Amino acid sequence: MADLHIPDALLVKNYIEGNENSLATLINRHESKIYGFIYSKIADRDISNDIFQDTFIKVIKTLKSNSYNEEGKFLPWVMRISHNLIVDHFRKTKKMPMYRETEEFSIFSIMSDDSLTIENKMIVDQVEVDLKRLIEELPMDQKEVLVMRMYQDMSFKEISELTGVSINTALGRMRYALMNLRKIIDKHQIVLTN
Amino acid sequence: MAKIYSKKALVAQDLKPKKEVVSFLLSYSQALTVVKVNNKRIEIIAN
Repeated sequence: MADLHIPDALLVKNYIEGNENSLATLINRHESKIYGFIYSKIADRDISNDIFQDTFIKVIKTLKSNSYNEEGKFLPWVMRISHNLIVDHFRKTKKMPMYRETEEFSIFSIMSDDSLTIENKMIVDQVEVDLKRLIEELPMDQKEVLVMRMYQDMSFKEISELTGVSINTALGRMRYALMNLRKIIDKHQIVLTN
Repeated sequence: MAKIYSKKALVAQDLKPKKEVVSFLLSYSQALTVVKVNNKRIEIIAN
């Protein structure tokens, strides 16, 4: 596995110079992380495959036209492309990747498993549902940062690279997201506990 | 310390795209040539 010792930047350079095998190595090296990231947002394997394919078509076109200039930051660049395509996908379908509880659909209607009848477990799940509904009320930019930080365990550095804003802006959005959540909780006198 | 109510997303670590997708991308890459003429980008796909 000598490929593991070749840095991304060198593989990109070799690919631009015509070595097609370098692209195979780059895809093989990063496919899990990129596909996993897309799937974590989309939760549909076929659509995730489409977005993965569109991402690399953009990568190939950019590299072949010599428009790539982010030396040494191949993975964050590809992740940012896939992130933009995910946003485009949700804009097209106007569908949010969250389960919403409505009068017709209760989250408890699909909780028939024995283990979910335990009271504490139900309370924890209810808190989680309530929290997700509260998060849905946040402005898009704040919600995005909060979900990446708290649910996907990403660092602020990774968030700033993916969303294309500075770390300070990402931190600010997180702060405002938490302040707004507290405001909503206070306004409606919601009790989150377990 | 504030209580954390959120759960980590359960994402399998070994998720991978379909082999057909990767194979298509490698073939597409081999077939594609991009030529720049007078600030215009022309994409040529070889059969």
